[in-house]
Amino acid sequence: MTEPTSSLTKNVQFFDAGAHVTAVGFLDEAPVFALGDGVAVLGEPGSANRIAAHPGGAILSAVSDGKLLVTGGDDGRVVATSADGAMREIAHEKGRWIDALAMRAGNVAWGAGREVRVRDSAGAVKAYSAPTTVRGLCFMPKGYRLALSHYNGVSLWFPNAAASPSLLEWKGSHLDVVASPDGRFVVSSMQENSLHGWRISDARNMRMSGYPKKSRSLSWSHDGHWLATSGADACIVWPFRDKDGPMGKAPRECGVRAAKVSQVAFHPRTLVVAVGYEDGFILLCRLGDAAEILVREPRVGDGAVTALIWDAIGARLAFGLDSGGAGLLTLPA
Amino acid sequence: MNDSNSLSAVRAAAAQDKIPVTVLTGYLGAGKTTLLNRILSEPHGKRYAVIVNEFGEIGIDNELIVGADEEVFEMNNGCICCTVRGDLIRIIEGLMKRKGSFDAIIVETTGLADPAPVAQTFFVDQDVQNLARLDAVVTVADAKWLAARLRDAPEAKNQIAFADVIVLNKTDLVSPAELREVEGRIRAINPYAKLHRAERCNVAIADVLERKAFDLDRIMEIEPDFLEVDDHDHDHHDHDHHHHDHAHGHGLKHYHDEHMQSISVRLDGDVDPGKFMPWINELTQAQGPNILRCKGIVAFADDPKRFVFQGVHMMLDGEPQREWKADEKRESKVVFIGRDLKEEDIRKGFLACAA
Repeated sequence: MTEPTSSLTKNVQFFDAGAHVTAVGFLDEAPVFALGDGVAVLGEPGSANRIAAHPGGAILSAVSDGKLLVTGGDDGRVVATSADGAMREIAHEKGRWIDALAMRAGNVAWGAGREVRVRDSAGAVKAYSAPTTVRGLCFMPKGYRLALSHYNGVSLWFPNAAASPSLLEWKGSHLDVVASPDGRFVVSSMQENSLHGWRISDARNMRMSGYPKKSRSLSWSHDGHWLATSGADACIVWPFRDKDGPMGKAPRECGVRAAKVSQVAFHPRTLVVAVGYEDGFILLCRLGDAAEILVREPRVGDGAVTALIWDAIGARLAFGLDSGGAGLLTLPA
Repeated sequence: MNDSNSLSAVRAAAAQDKIPVTVLTGYLGAGKTTLLNRILSEPHGKRYAVIVNEFGEIGIDNELIVGADEEVFEMNNGCICCTVRGDLIRIIEGLMKRKGSFDAIIVETTGLADPAPVAQTFFVDQDVQNLARLDAVVTVADAKWLAARLRDAPEAKNQIAFADVIVLNKTDLVSPAELREVEGRIRAINPYAKLHRAERCNVAIADVLERKAFDLDRIMEIEPDFLEVDDHDHDHHDHDHHHHDHAHGHGLKHYHDEHMQSISVRLDGDVDPGKFMPWINELTQAQGPNILRCKGIVAFADDPKRFVFQGVHMMLDGEPQREWKADEKRESKVVFIGRDLKEEDIRKGFLACAA
């Protein structure tokens, strides 16, 4: 990995998935691509099954825990698809769009406008009505607790507690929300091309700004010490190891190019981040020495990288483009 | 205001590739839903994504219809009048995942909505800007009740001021004199909008959708002082003592609205961009809350292309458009519609930008 000119392009299988790729995942070993035409493409390129998860609709959001792919559609449905291709409808919010989803340990949460519902592994559903539309959802790493991003802040909600959610307040429109793997920090992406973070212990605010675009892809390193982010001409990686997180520290930058980064995905075992760009380019960057490996160069007609994820062991990287292109990188053994 | 929203960051991106968006406004009961149902039921062969407030009102089975919550957000950019529709940003983001399955977007607003946040959404949000372009603000007005609403409902006045196209509906319910009266009231606020008379919103779809109203040529053609209503009924009654009415006779009826007015300034010959850009930026920053809409076509010295711009409050967007034609007079014109505008300052300011 020390040669910046090294390339893995020969290890990439590229195919036409047929529609905007909303999200990618892996079910057991099989890659799955969730599309803007309502289809989930499940399996190896060339022998994949096309599963009509949201017939006539579009998949607006998707999450996976490695066993199930949960998709949210503009048909108002939340659908779980398993590795064998079996589908199950988890919810149907008539006339609404499901554009926020989260999943952890068998629990699934979805947002439709201001309404958030969460279903635990036993099937019990709890509901909460947020003050404004919920844009992002994530489960906190400990306990049965959900973070919801909305206008003017992020709410932390214990679905099984009677108490109303606690509010982490910050003026403005909060889009996506993530929690650090150790649960010490919550970070949201904002309408105004910045990130906002809170330290949970004292609700201390931290602002991470300077992005030329909205930062809509956020990925934690496996050790939880780093947060990789999109929205700039490089992958911006913020340090979260110390008790103050990134406060007063400069971020690392890797994969500097003349195109904006649209997707980032940290490798699940090493400090290597996969970086996808608005022109369809994909790189792997090693955080320690900023060494780069080329994954793919754009082709004519390519759009932005809209989905990027590693499998559980970090042997394969799946990606998708807004133009409908999709692919799979298999690292050499 | 960040760079992408200011004239200094001129986007040369081809607007044609962007999805056209029609914003449908109008006071309660004016006939927005009637117009929407008419648009959706006609055999035009186009596929529309429709964003509505009230689901039940749409009687037509349209594949792509989504309910909106009209969530108006302030932007954290230090600009108090810079509000956007957060829900609209989210919906357009979602629609783009099925790009190619529809041709245009129609956004219906509630009767009491201020059109500014909807329009500003298309200036402020970079992702929305990259994907969609505001084609026109279409305001449906009730011929019988508009004059009264202009007196008691500031929302109704804003909706008229914002319009690129006005559908003056229910004309069968008023007399020719009343019709002339209400058209005069509309023209006093907004002389530049294309006005269509209608009964039960029976306007041609082509008069409402895909207008490319923002190519702005109308502002060059129209001199507000010579606007007239095509009707020769004499009417010298003043129905509204809060306004100064001047009936010029022979069908030419001219009103001044006390607070809302339009100002246009024409400049023969070329404009110095080094003077114009700071002037327009400073003017919209200082007067933004009062400026509802501004538009202009500008001949920059040594530039073969027409520079066109439009704005909402403090938000501005401009780009070089087509080349000036060989037989076309190089001249510039700016139009401002707003409240309590300082006409003399604006006039002098623009004329001082001459090259």
